[in-house]
Amino acid sequence: MRGRTLLRWWANPRSKVALLVLLPVLAAALLAPLYPVSPTAQDLRTTLAPPGTTSATGALYLLGTDELGRDLTARLLHGLRASVTVGATALALALLVGTTLGLLAGWFGGWIDAVVTGATETLMTLPFILLAIAVIGAVGASTQVLILTLGLTGWVSFAKLVRAKTFELRDEEFVQAAHALGVRTPGTLLRHVLPNVAPWLLVDGTLQFGALVLAEAGLSFLGLGVPPPTPTLGGILAGGQVFLAVAWWIATLPGLVLLTLVLAINVLGDTLRDAAAP
Amino acid sequence: MLAYLLRRLVLSVVVLLGLTVLVFAMVNLSGDPVRLLLPPDASAAEVARFRTAMGFDDPLPVRYARFLSHAVRLDFGASIQLRDPALGLVLERMPATLTLAGLAVAAAVLIGVPLGVLTALRRNTAWDTTITSLALVGQSTPVFWVGVMSILLFAVQLRWLPSSGSGSWQHLILPVGTLTLFLLGGLVRVTRTSMLEVLDRAYVRTATAKGQLRRLVVWKHAFRNAMIPVVTQIGLQMRFVIGGSVITEQVFAWPGLGRLLVNAVYARDYPVVEAGVFLIALALIVVNTLVDLSYLWLNPKVSLA
Repeated sequence: MRGRTLLRWWANPRSKVALLVLLPVLAAALLAPLYPVSPTAQDLRTTLAPPGTTSATGALYLLGTDELGRDLTARLLHGLRASVTVGATALALALLVGTTLGLLAGWFGGWIDAVVTGATETLMTLPFILLAIAVIGAVGASTQVLILTLGLTGWVSFAKLVRAKTFELRDEEFVQAAHALGVRTPGTLLRHVLPNVAPWLLVDGTLQFGALVLAEAGLSFLGLGVPPPTPTLGGILAGGQVFLAVAWWIATLPGLVLLTLVLAINVLGDTLRDAAAP
Repeated sequence: MLAYLLRRLVLSVVVLLGLTVLVFAMVNLSGDPVRLLLPPDASAAEVARFRTAMGFDDPLPVRYARFLSHAVRLDFGASIQLRDPALGLVLERMPATLTLAGLAVAAAVLIGVPLGVLTALRRNTAWDTTITSLALVGQSTPVFWVGVMSILLFAVQLRWLPSSGSGSWQHLILPVGTLTLFLLGGLVRVTRTSMLEVLDRAYVRTATAKGQLRRLVVWKHAFRNAMIPVVTQIGLQMRFVIGGSVITEQVFAWPGLGRLLVNAVYARDYPVVEAGVFLIALALIVVNTLVDLSYLWLNPKVSLA
């Protein structure tokens, strides 16, 4: 991203607020394994304890416990970690597939373009959750399947974006010049086309990251995401719905964590877009 | 026009064919489909008998051709769990989902479009900032959390409304409200962007310069034109309506298609999953084609040929 764009982005106070929220949340996700309590350890004498409870053994449950006496703080941290890792891995996969297909379709046109456009149009018609149900219904739920499903459906917006930009850039003088000077096609695409698409990929990628995190949470809520015993925010929430009348915190807190994470990501994406296209 | 319709039709057929390949490949290449279709405690003799009876001994292309010929006739076989035809089970659940989704879309349009117009007219005022920020919060909130929190407030704490199930108008309020909130944020933002764009167009500025009443300019010149992309957007966002509906149905135990599908996945009732996924895909393709055509009708300047 060019210097002036970056300055314009930094001048926006909302950018700083978004980072101020997002960075600690991401750090918490990364450092979750350092939290001393295991997310699966049960304390059957301290079940459904409200936030701030101290157990008979002197352990402090800052955010309470669930029906098996598992520490909600530990579970939320590990759930957050699962959300961020699955979302980021799926995003990387989607970026790779989408950018590659978009570059090829925009540069070569012809039948490659027809196939890529057909595939994007197909995927844009169908609800992501329906595809996930079809895949997971057949193959069963696992983390790998989840990442593949999210990644292989999330590339569409990247492919559309990169295809349109490549198509525009193909006729630009500096790209034509590189081509005429004998730079091979992969070199031209990577060194001359891709850097000019990158700022837009950054904007779109940020917003897509939020969408992927929400999609993962939705599938986990339905019981089609990362399988137990690994805690997920959607899974904790679904489990807490049963105990809503006696333990509001189990279902309430995972949603707040998700909202904080996704809102910070979306505000960041918004500020990046404002800076890139004032 | 005719050429466009034809191209569109061909594309739809290709999409559906692609979907049959996807579904077929997933059931047949991801392990033994017989194991998938039978309960895990089936004996070896039962498995062998089932395999011959269902034709699983035939080569893959033969099986795909058979699957396709059935799918074309919307025959997906009998539900493994309930033994009734899968298609019938799916169709039976359709009205509940259509009620939920239809009411939510209507409510979202009635609330979201005026809010979007308001933010565009009062650009950069406190109104605009507040509503636009709330819309972003709405778009960032997981739909199932909104549902569960509404149960906590209105069913558990206040005891005003039932927490789940169906049967009376009271049962409708929380699911419809949840799905409406899910759709609202995006709709407000789309309407705002579209309206701002139109307000900046030459004909609107000319109308203002001519000294026409502001109200007339806004409603006659700007609003009607701004609605074209909004209508298109609503059609294209149908997949989000369905996606949100699947989750909302699960939260409120609403007896719709989404809940049927999710439960079918749990029970490994593959014929029902196939029938449901297929029918929804078919419906969405039809809706999208209709939206494209309505675009043509709303704006004669657009030529799709």
